[in-house]
Amino acid sequence: MPLLKGGVVAVDRWQCAANGETLPADGPVIVPFVRWRAERETLIGRNAPVGVRLTNTDPVADLAPDLDRLELIVLEFPKFTDGRAYSQARLLRERYGYRGELRAAGNVLRDQLLFMQRCGFDAFELTQGQPVQAWVAATNEFTVFYQPAGDGRNSAMQLRRAAILAN
Amino acid sequence: MYVYDGYDQTFLEERVAQFRDQVRRRLAGDLSEDEFKPLRLTNGLYLQLHAYMLRVAIPYGTLSAAQLRQLAHVARRYDKGFGHFTTRQNIQYHWMKLEQVPDALADLARVQMHGLQTSGNCIRNVTADHWAGVAADEIEDPRVYCEIVRQWSTLHPEFSFLPRKFKIAITGSPNDRAAVRVHDIGLRMHRNAEGEVGFEVMVGGGLGRTPIIARTIRDFLPKRHLLSYLEAILRVYNQLGRRDNIYKARIKILVHELGVAKMAEMVEAEWRSLKDGPLALPAEEIARIQAHFTPPVYPDSPVFTPEFDALRLSDAGFRRWLKVNVAPHRQLGYAIVTLSLKPEGGVPGDMTADQMDAVAALADRHSFGEVRVTHTQNLVLPHVRRADLPALWRGLSELGLATANIGQVTDIIACPGLDYCALANARSIPVAQRITQRFSDLARVHDIGELKIKISGCINACGHHHVGHIGILGVDKGGEEFYQITLGGSEDQNASLGAIVGPAVPNEVIVDAVQTVIETYLSLRRPQERFLDTYRRVGMAPFKERLYAAA
Ligand code: SF4
Repeated sequence: MPLLKGGVVAVDRWQCAANGETLPADGPVIVPFVRWRAERETLIGRNAPVGVRLTNTDPVADLAPDLDRLELIVLEFPKFTDGRAYSQARLLRERYGYRGELRAAGNVLRDQLLFMQRCGFDAFELTQGQPVQAWVAATNEFTVFYQPAGDGRNSAMQLRRAAILAN
Repeated sequence: MYVYDGYDQTFLEERVAQFRDQVRRRLAGDLSEDEFKPLRLTNGLYLQLHAYMLRVAIPYGTLSAAQLRQLAHVARRYDKGFGHFTTRQNIQYHWMKLEQVPDALADLARVQMHGLQTSGNCIRNVTADHWAGVAADEIEDPRVYCEIVRQWSTLHPEFSFLPRKFKIAITGSPNDRAAVRVHDIGLRMHRNAEGEVGFEVMVGGGLGRTPIIARTIRDFLPKRHLLSYLEAILRVYNQLGRRDNIYKARIKILVHELGVAKMAEMVEAEWRSLKDGPLALPAEEIARIQAHFTPPVYPDSPVFTPEFDALRLSDAGFRRWLKVNVAPHRQLGYAIVTLSLKPEGGVPGDMTADQMDAVAALADRHSFGEVRVTHTQNLVLPHVRRADLPALWRGLSELGLATANIGQVTDIIACPGLDYCALANARSIPVAQRITQRFSDLARVHDIGELKIKISGCINACGHHHVGHIGILGVDKGGEEFYQITLGGSEDQNASLGAIVGPAVPNEVIVDAVQTVIETYLSLRRPQERFLDTYRRVGMAPFKERLYAAA
């Protein structure tokens, strides 16, 4: 599955280890949230990057104390119409200050990419076989945004205020 | 009214371009209908029984004459020459062709209009009192805050895929004309003990198959925190609202399942982390938006003129119209005029392109170029010199828009029903038409007095039947159209849900049944007593008895 990151298709160096599967001897590994909770010490002791995959009902607040140990968090869109992970993403970025890679997985479609990016996602597991330019174009369809969100873009209100203060 | 600046206009044009590309991809087969559906829905485009339906937002019901002319143009060019005003202060075109929709939206964008967020599981366009800014009882113009909420909610990245649609309404008056208690969030402006104006925040109201009156979760919210508080409510809902069952997905079910105290606690906890962040509203920003809604400068104008007095004395029709279609304005010498889109035998809310153009001209001449749309599917000219009332009345009479029935038995709200809607059990519009024909005598209509009939073609309750003084709900009995009658609903500040009288009645007798209910009221009422008050005094029993006596 191609991984879109920073506007290009990136190499995915991460391996997944589901519950019950043996952990790879080395290299970056993604584990489900429950496994992270159960085997936190082992995973930290492994001395290789750790990522956690959350379902969209897992409480992101529980990860808050460990965020600087994680290099990757994967959030899921089981259906593109299920928008719970948008809130998880904003909480991770804006409330808990997570700085690592935030990856969208599942039913990730071109027409939702901008919403995801705005909420703080910076990597996308692509499911549709479309040229990468189409995906990148989808995140550039707008230049005006009406809310402050997890991507740091200024809202129209912030820009208007800045213009008034500058005069 | 609010006028777009460069940011707003750029955004809207980008949106039109985006949808044009999405339509192109759909027509080319690159998007499946399943993938396209949510995209068209957030642009107000539905697929109905016979054609595509485009729903155009009229933010908080305020229109300029120029915008109304453009709505007429869209009706002529892309539809069959008419449009349909809805209970959410929108207009719908029922006969659109998919390949023409991008052009229609581009034409609308030229007058700062669009179909954004008029459907889909997002924050829908915000509604307000249709007398905002002119009502004599108003504390503050709610449209200022509607506009602030409109901007914040526009393509909100976190809240575009909610469990279900989400409706917000704001009233700035103690007399609630915006039905805020039957919205997902209702905001009522009021003054606290210190004299500061803020909002009472109510959540979890709604109609549909589980009608619930909203509950208050905060008595007073300072204006500065409006957006952060809304964001907190939406975030709790987005995470916890049910997604397993479409009929249990509205926030009202979440509030019901959590309990209002727990809901309030969770919202407040979320809000504490948001309240002083980038969503806090600076006073200058509120003032900037407020400046757009400054009332016009009203030249002095007499309360009575010889022509007005003479016509009032000589013409019973004019007197009736003055009584129910004309309301007091906060400015002496001016009036608020409601245009009835409920003529005898007409389709509630329908208007032809020619009527729209003519009303735009009347608005330019008599109402500072401003028009309002009401959630009762009528239009309003909000700033009319009383001295102009005779001329306006004549002009509106010629257009068929002066029926003196506002708030009366024939001012019926009806959803599109089986004539258009794929979800319907029964027709709504023909029932409304037959009732207006049965009660065509205006003297009789005025004798009956204030009475609100609301009709829905199915349990989704788009016709708000639960809050009709008389509610009519279409049900399907073995393939036949039947109608269930409820009594005693109300959507104002003393909101209540109607109670079912008894078994549903067949299509042939629904109008007789309504007449029986009304005759029962007439036989029981005390002097000056409205239908709703009589019902509340005597209860259901006498109505039920009369209605089912013959059966
Ligand atoms: S109430 Fe039912 S029939 Fe009427 S418009 Fe809504 S969904 Fe359609």
